Amino acid sequence: MRTPSAVMNPAITMATAQRILTQVRHDHRTLALMILLPSLLLILLRFVFNSEEMFSRAAPALLAVFPFAIMFIVTSITTLRERTTGTLERLMTMPMAKLDLLFGYAIAFGMVAVLQVSVAATISLTWLGLEIGGSVWTLLVIAVLDALLGMALGLFASAFATTEFQAVQFMPAFVMPQVLLCGLFAPRESMHVVLEWASNVMPLSYAVDALNHVTVSSDIDGTLIRNLIIVGGCGLAALVLGAATLRRRTP
Amino acid sequence: MTNLAIVVDGLRVNRGGRDVVRDVSFEIERGTVTGLLGPSGCGKTTLMRSIVGVQIVAGGTVTVLGEPAGSAPLRRKIGYATQNPAIYADLMVTEALRYFASVLRAPASDVSRVIDEVGLSSHANAMVGQLSGGQHSRANLAVALLGTPELLVLDEPTVGLDPVLRDELWELFARLAKQGRTLLVSSHVMDEAGRCERLLLMREGGLLATDSPDGLRRRTEQTDLEQAFLRLIKEVEAA
Ligand SMILES: Nc1ncnc2c1ncn2[C@@H]1O[C@H](COP(=O)(O)OP(=O)(O)O)[C@@H](O)[C@H]1O
Ligand SMILES: [Mg+2]
Repeated sequence: MRTPSAVMNPAITMATAQRILTQVRHDHRTLALMILLPSLLLILLRFVFNSEEMFSRAAPALLAVFPFAIMFIVTSITTLRERTTGTLERLMTMPMAKLDLLFGYAIAFGMVAVLQVSVAATISLTWLGLEIGGSVWTLLVIAVLDALLGMALGLFASAFATTEFQAVQFMPAFVMPQVLLCGLFAPRESMHVVLEWASNVMPLSYAVDALNHVTVSSDIDGTLIRNLIIVGGCGLAALVLGAATLRRRTP
Repeated sequence: MTNLAIVVDGLRVNRGGRDVVRDVSFEIERGTVTGLLGPSGCGKTTLMRSIVGVQIVAGGTVTVLGEPAGSAPLRRKIGYATQNPAIYADLMVTEALRYFASVLRAPASDVSRVIDEVGLSSHANAMVGQLSGGQHSRANLAVALLGTPELLVLDEPTVGLDPVLRDELWELFARLAKQGRTLLVSSHVMDEAGRCERLLLMREGGLLATDSPDGLRRRTEQTDLEQAFLRLIKEVEAA
């Protein structure tokens, strides 16, 4: 529809991002968990392996998996709350485009993701002995894209939950299969052909492939670019699908 | 430009497989305070949702300020206070209001104005989630007052408030109507009906009557509006 409020307004998008960050800032415990949890898990893993070499093999994939999972769960709960407490309905009566809300979320949680991934990568590279062949910046870009993908999927998934209890269960449902099949536990090529196919349609696999590439090589080749486009494209698609689940009129 | 703020014609709404609003028609003039009264569950909230354009309706038309309900140009002209407070619990009162003000592109000075109007100045910096029930619903009402809405749709805004505060809010509503705003205010207690210029009386999804409080008293030969409402129900059931 070509209505004024179908068009995004940058001021409203930014106000929304700022509002979400203010909410996060008020909740110290969630903020601390979001920023530190991936790092703590990586530290734990480093001592579980008790070997820098084994850690270096698994860490890049986990640098994708942890932010992905955490962003998924945080976003699905926050947006579900927006739906169930009526604030979404209130916003829908106001001159706000659906994309203002979604991009507001993307910007706010994107900023948290940058912080989260930077802390985890810094600790891994300086203290835990992670060696990478490629550039740290490429690594950061991939991990942030991947966190944004988790965010977008969480937004989309929240449309199918009616309670926070359900939303929490979506995390194993949406996230765990991707984690199991992303190549972290077994190389994707060595899986049964059905599983390999399944792995091929899961966006997390491409983020992990990209991160594994950065750890061994410094060239930015076609495969890496393709993988990044897939991750970014899936995130964008999930955001647009998420927009379709936001309704101005409800039963 | 017509002088009608709301025109509802043959509205039907189905929720959860039941007809919860049945063939309701009425008109509301601009610059008036109209009370929407009826027992809990009779369909007041559903009717209000249809007017602000968030309810899927099964039939009929709702025209608001000359436009179909829910159309984009109306989104800055209507202030809607939901029955259950819809305001971020994890923000301070001022932060939440500032956000809604920026979405409405209302001036920043509106925030302190509406906080004053609902008598919440002493709690402006409290977290919304830590407000008492009455304070919470006042913060919710404050959101609807942001900007300069031509129509205010207020769903049970005075429930759970102490009598002094209730009185102040009804005075505020009257003042807003004098400025030319239109107010539709719902309540399930009849003692608020006397504060309205016009009444819409609902029961079980249908509209029993639209009248002024005095007209209703005359018609039913009762001085007490609660009794008048009961009499009306008996008349309708006998017919
Ligand atoms: N989300 C819903 N789904 C199904 N039925 C609903 C829903 N909300 C309200 N109802 C039903 O619609 C009827 C009218 O409700 P409502 O408009 O909230 O009444 P009131 O505001 O007068 O208390 C009630 O019978 C209620 O049970
Ligand atoms: Mg109600």
